Amino acid sequence: MAEEKELKNLIIQGAVYKTTFTKKFENRVNYETPNENMLYSFIPGTIIDIYVKTREKVKEGETLLLLEAMKMQNQVRMPFDGEIVKIHVKKDEVIPNRHLMIEIKKSK
Amino acid sequence: MSLRSNVLDLRKRKKEVQKGGGDKAIEKQAKMGKLTARERILALLDKNSFHEYDLFVSHAAKDFGMEGKTLHGDGVIIGTGTIYNKPVCIFAQDFTVAGGSLGLMHARKITKIMDHALKMRVPLIGINDSGGARIQEGVNSLAGYGEIFFRNTLASGVIPQISVILGPCAGGAVYSPALTDFVFVVENISKMFITGPSVIKSVLGEEISMEELGGAKVHSEVTGNAHFYAKTELECFDQIKSLISYIPRNNSKKALAHEPKAPLKGPSAEDIVPVDPRIPYDMRDILKSITDGSEFLEVMEDFAPNIIIGFGRMEGETVGFVANQPMVLAGVLDCDSSDKAARFIRYCDAFNIPIVTMEDLPGYLPGADQEHAGVIRHGAKILYAYSEATVAKITVILRKAYGGGYIAMNSRHLRADFVFAWPTAEIAVMGPEGAANIVFRKEIAEAENPEEMRQQKIQEYKEKFANPYVAAAQGYIDEVIEPSQTRARILHALQVSENKSVFLPNKKHGIPPF
Repeated sequence: MAEEKELKNLIIQGAVYKTTFTKKFENRVNYETPNENMLYSFIPGTIIDIYVKTREKVKEGETLLLLEAMKMQNQVRMPFDGEIVKIHVKKDEVIPNRHLMIEIKKSK
Repeated sequence: MSLRSNVLDLRKRKKEVQKGGGDKAIEKQAKMGKLTARERILALLDKNSFHEYDLFVSHAAKDFGMEGKTLHGDGVIIGTGTIYNKPVCIFAQDFTVAGGSLGLMHARKITKIMDHALKMRVPLIGINDSGGARIQEGVNSLAGYGEIFFRNTLASGVIPQISVILGPCAGGAVYSPALTDFVFVVENISKMFITGPSVIKSVLGEEISMEELGGAKVHSEVTGNAHFYAKTELECFDQIKSLISYIPRNNSKKALAHEPKAPLKGPSAEDIVPVDPRIPYDMRDILKSITDGSEFLEVMEDFAPNIIIGFGRMEGETVGFVANQPMVLAGVLDCDSSDKAARFIRYCDAFNIPIVTMEDLPGYLPGADQEHAGVIRHGAKILYAYSEATVAKITVILRKAYGGGYIAMNSRHLRADFVFAWPTAEIAVMGPEGAANIVFRKEIAEAENPEEMRQQKIQEYKEKFANPYVAAAQGYIDEVIEPSQTRARILHALQVSENKSVFLPNKKHGIPPF
């Protein structure tokens, strides 16, 4: 298997090694620092209701929307005092996991 | 009435039961490209060696209309036989009988043959082809699984346990194979998962086919649950026989010796391995250049291929090999390769198989994904496994042996019995590039031409430290050998280690990082 593959560069501690990659290595997800202003879905489901509008000021802990999944209505709440920047989902929309739902920002 | 009529009656009864689920179900089984349970046993064992027990066992279920149903053999065949004239215990679930579902008596038959295998200290082979728990039998079928898992655990490290997945093996049922030593899978036939595609779809909305979720390829390449992958059932049986030829019957025996053979004539070690440690080669060529007949039975070939594990023979005796593979990910240790090697080391140690480690690695794989996946915990498994192993442990360092990777790969410090190094070996905290950047940071930064200075310092470091002689001066390696002497040196080390005896502190058991 290995011999048919094209050699690639793998850098470890400054040295460049010629080698092949595994599928798992090529498909690995690069780490990204989470952006606290982007609220993503944590499970696939349906948007049952949206309680806020764009530019609305919202206090920490207030419910922004309901995401129904596995027959459970999950309340998505505001993580800090702030403002709604943009809403990316509509009522009754079925969304996958890790889908951007709402953009928010902290109040100054 | 004469005795004769009793015999004829017995034959009639046997014939009836041996048909399993009947012609229609057998036809269906064939349509799925599968052999029947009985055909499988006969194909795997030596000719005419199979003896079946509990043929007439029947279920005792009374609920959900079960009382009127006859399930031949209760959906499983158990017995004893031989492979290469050596006894084995075997069971095979019969998918043609109620989908091979596991009820109380089905489980009792399996545990009976397991108890037998453990008592007689012979290998146990289980052929899995079952829809899962027989729901009509409720908690009794769960009890059955539990009894099987318990015995798998007791037998672990005492007798070899081999699982062959030749059909579905879903839900709790997967844990028996997972507890055994070697799992064999076949393309398009094996399916293993805890929750199936339909449940995943209803709960998470994710669509995935059975093959993509838990097919033979997935378990060979992605999950690491399977150890051997075959295209057909017959190829799978050949692999099982080959494995059986390498391993001892139980933990008090050594594997049977074969007729010693020289390796085949091929390219020499010097021709295979480039001097530059950054240029790859296929480590399997090196293994084949030192094993009898250049034969090597690789285990988990497609999972974490940056490390190679498997069996070969040297002067007729079985040896377990653990080797870095520079051809894949430069041979680094990572979560998967540590896990893979550690379990193999423990297998060899449990079954008196000496371990030869062939080392050529740049260290551990960097990355947030690795750290977050627990490379500390997984990497520790390899240290643990080598440290506690008391079989003969021989290491050959071919080229790089850097940092934590050097320590992990059966170093002197983990009590390797013999450590040999080729003249190309570099035993150091890290490669010259990395080391020069740190040690000479100031000189490089302050130089008029930093890059030129860097190259000069790398060269300086290389000449001073990138060789086997620094470690040899400390006695951390026993001998610097010429590559062409590798087989002879390993053979001598194995001979000297024949009666190795070491004492570990008395304990109930250790707490390995798993």
